Amino acid sequence: MKKISRKGLLILAAGLAAFPWLAKVVPGLGSYPEVMIYAGIYSLITMGLSVLVGFAGQISLGHAAFFGIGAYASAVGTATYNLDPWLCLILGALLSLLVALAIGVPTLKLKGHYLAMATLAFGIIVFIIFNEEVDITGGPDGLSRIPGLSLFGLKLNTTMSYFYFVWTVVLLVFWFCANLLESRIGRAFRAVHGSEVAAMAMGINISSHKVQAFVLSAVLASLAGSLYVHYINFINPSTCNLFFSVKLIIMIVMGGTHSLWGAILGAVLITFLSNVWLHAFQEWEVLIYGAVLLIIVIFLPDGLAGLPEKIKGWAGRGQPGKAS
Amino acid sequence: MTGRTGRRLWLGCVLTFLALSWVLPSLALAAEPYKLGAVFSVTGNGSMLGDPEKKTVEMMVEKINSSGGINGVPLKVIVYDDESDATKCALAVKKLMTEDKVLAVIGPSLSGLSLAVVPLAEANEIPLISCAASYKIVLDEKTGKPYKWVFKTPQSDSLAVEAIFAHMKKKGIKKIAIMTATDGFGQSGRQELVRIAGLKDSGIEIVADEKYGPKDTDLTAQLTKIKGLNPQAIINWSIGPVQVVALRNAKDLGIKTPFYQSHGFGNRNNIQLAAGAAEGVLVPLGACNIDEILPANHPQKAVTGEYAKMYKAKFNEPLSSFGGHGWDGLMLAVNALKTAGPDRSKIRDALEQTKNFVGQHGVFNMSPADHNGLTPESFSMVVVKGNDWAMAD
Amino acid sequence: MEQYTLATQLVQYLIAGLTIGSIYAMVAIGFNIIYNVTEIINFAQGEFVMLGGLIMATLCHWLGVPFFLVLPLAMLAVTGIGVMLDRLAIRPVRQPTVMTLIMATIAASILLKGAAMLLWGKDPYDVAAFSGRVPIMFLGASIQPQNLWVMGILGVVVAVLTHFFGNTIVGKAMIACADNPSAARLVGINVRRMVLLSFALSAGIGALAGIVITPLSLMDYDRGAMLAVKGFGALILGGLGSFPGAVLGGLLLGGIESFGAGLVSSAYKDVFALVFLLLVLFIKPSGLLRSGAVAKMKRF
Repeated sequence: MKKISRKGLLILAAGLAAFPWLAKVVPGLGSYPEVMIYAGIYSLITMGLSVLVGFAGQISLGHAAFFGIGAYASAVGTATYNLDPWLCLILGALLSLLVALAIGVPTLKLKGHYLAMATLAFGIIVFIIFNEEVDITGGPDGLSRIPGLSLFGLKLNTTMSYFYFVWTVVLLVFWFCANLLESRIGRAFRAVHGSEVAAMAMGINISSHKVQAFVLSAVLASLAGSLYVHYINFINPSTCNLFFSVKLIIMIVMGGTHSLWGAILGAVLITFLSNVWLHAFQEWEVLIYGAVLLIIVIFLPDGLAGLPEKIKGWAGRGQPGKAS
Repeated sequence: MTGRTGRRLWLGCVLTFLALSWVLPSLALAAEPYKLGAVFSVTGNGSMLGDPEKKTVEMMVEKINSSGGINGVPLKVIVYDDESDATKCALAVKKLMTEDKVLAVIGPSLSGLSLAVVPLAEANEIPLISCAASYKIVLDEKTGKPYKWVFKTPQSDSLAVEAIFAHMKKKGIKKIAIMTATDGFGQSGRQELVRIAGLKDSGIEIVADEKYGPKDTDLTAQLTKIKGLNPQAIINWSIGPVQVVALRNAKDLGIKTPFYQSHGFGNRNNIQLAAGAAEGVLVPLGACNIDEILPANHPQKAVTGEYAKMYKAKFNEPLSSFGGHGWDGLMLAVNALKTAGPDRSKIRDALEQTKNFVGQHGVFNMSPADHNGLTPESFSMVVVKGNDWAMAD
Repeated sequence: MEQYTLATQLVQYLIAGLTIGSIYAMVAIGFNIIYNVTEIINFAQGEFVMLGGLIMATLCHWLGVPFFLVLPLAMLAVTGIGVMLDRLAIRPVRQPTVMTLIMATIAASILLKGAAMLLWGKDPYDVAAFSGRVPIMFLGASIQPQNLWVMGILGVVVAVLTHFFGNTIVGKAMIACADNPSAARLVGINVRRMVLLSFALSAGIGALAGIVITPLSLMDYDRGAMLAVKGFGALILGGLGSFPGAVLGGLLLGGIESFGAGLVSSAYKDVFALVFLLLVLFIKPSGLLRSGAVAKMKRF
């Protein structure tokens, strides 16, 4: 993951730059850039979650809440109070940071399934607040007519411009996370994941590192929420419900929890599966979706990021290799 | 059987599937049809609404094409399921408008999602006929006028509330309790109930305002509290099985005050499921649900009767209010297409000029100031009597 | 209407809370059985409840015989689905870690829900109440006979499981797998068979919960997830792995929801239950009836 990431990042950037043009030429791909915008927005959250889950070894079933906090901060700030969208984005991120600190400090003392339930509970509580505080959030019908973003006087209101904008942010965040994971903090995260006792013995302050990872992922989710509302111009509570939290976890597991590449791959895979590829099955869609997930878990327990090694194993030995 | 056998089975599934998708390429179409789009919440929280809407639209398209299409041109409706999800809904509507290049879009089923896609219709200049109730869908609050390209078929919630309150006034009911589900349907109903009861001359006082989750399995706590406050009537506003749970719980608690349900109750299946607890329940319903008991001279008698017969024969299930909204949406579009031809802007104008169009939920009279076109008469108060609907007195 | 006193209302809230709490408890017990053997949370547990109710409704409709004849059939059918779940979703997973296995159960729950939607459609189904719908009056509050059935069946499940895990060889072998799988294997216990058994058993109990609640609340394909979340909450509240904890957790959650809805605010009833759960966890990170040492995770 170390050296490759820089070269890989360049290839990814080039591929993304060419993508919308490619999609225009190849028949049937016309709606792909549109879908890729959402995939990019979800990638922001999954990269944060990947740091939290794959590297720091914690779990969260409540990240939809942070997505929602960012989304509603931007929505309410711009649509109701006519504030500057960038200011709202930062306010939302700050709010998420504070909430993540307040929730993270007591919650991350919990372990395993207890942590999963506590974050799940947090997520549901925030959802109910979004749903019930009708005067602020618009209730279940949500808030609509949220203005778009503009950057240096340029309006980001077309699919193309927003595609490039979102994926530039994704690449920047990728670069930031990759560097972070190579730094001292990143090594500490991995030590916490490996063995908390050993990490503690080496003088790593484990609880503060867990909270750091949690706060980072919360802020990224909030950022994603802000970018989401400024594109779709709408937000309602069920966009950030419990199932979205679970979907985010599905994304990182399908992509591979131990790699930032996996986070992006998982987000892209799940976004396309549930928005494009399985549409042809109509009523059977849910069933096929479940089956596809199951098949990936069974055959690629390391997620899509583990695929290259799998292929090497198959090519080398003519039968599935044991990559552990 | 070991883990390996299980893995092989799955591998077999994958291979069969890939083979099939290779063998079954899409079939070519003959004539260039008129293309309409539809987005309904066929699955997810709104499936009670979207499922009958989709079935209705597909059934009607089949019927139109088998009787020669529109002015001799076949009709094609591309239906997407938004799974009651905002992202999916926006993607689907955008795809219909920019990729599939449809002439008009019918749906979405839910108010929130309709509000979400209104700007898309305005920006792409494509007529959108929503099947959701909120008045905000067709009212730009900044200008006080309807959005140019957006229409809707269902009666606004305020019409249902007014119908219920008018009936209460007749019966001398003043103190009421309301209970609503915490989803879009329930809360937009609640908003109107509270708003209209708060008007000066309403004569209605809400003494209990209870809520519950749309998937709750027991409402005894809410109803116990209501019973303790002793209202003269109860209004429940939700969709799905929880309406039936409310009735059963109320009966168990020995609550004998008049019980009103929203138009979401308009499905005979609910009466059966309530197992006797629905007797005497009062519901504001459009003509669509009650075709059999309409007087013979009712303007909608023929239209609703024909639809009900077709739907029941084809799907072998009772009719609900929501399929009728789908019918109205599609047939309004078809009606406009007939006169305007395949031109979006002309279709929009034709929709706005729709007059005396006899639909499932009323007689539509659109105008530049009204993109819904229904009047309070489109609801009748109906009572459950002997396990069937009857006109309430 | 006669005077409806606060005392009567409180009794009514208690009954409602105990009834729904019993269902949460049964879901939590189902979670526990699988957790104890495999350390995973089976997120398809709620789908077992849903399938129990729907299969019962269909069998009752087809066969038209009394409920106590259909009940074992419906339970058996869901037990079979539980076995299939183990065979087709859990066992084929290579390099099973807790995370991948949980993901397999999530995928399976999506699959089961989709299948149920195709088979039964989106409409709710009903089952006739086991002993009629004439309410029994108790201190002015009305109790459905079915409420008593729900609580009674929870009692029976607890009694049978206590006997099973305490006094039978198979039950003790399952406990041994929970304590230490490698040691269990060394003394000749077939751990795989125990995993299979745990899925069968918890599917059966899930189905029972679904069967007994359907006459009260109806059942449709979409109910599973909500019940799974509530049951998971009950499980964590009581303490992972503890059977008395599961029962206590379930009844407490049900009670808080009911009293919260009745006395404070029905809109925020779920928030009360969840805040209570969080507070308990912050004070006692291993749940009410579990000591810290036992709850330490081996892997995640």
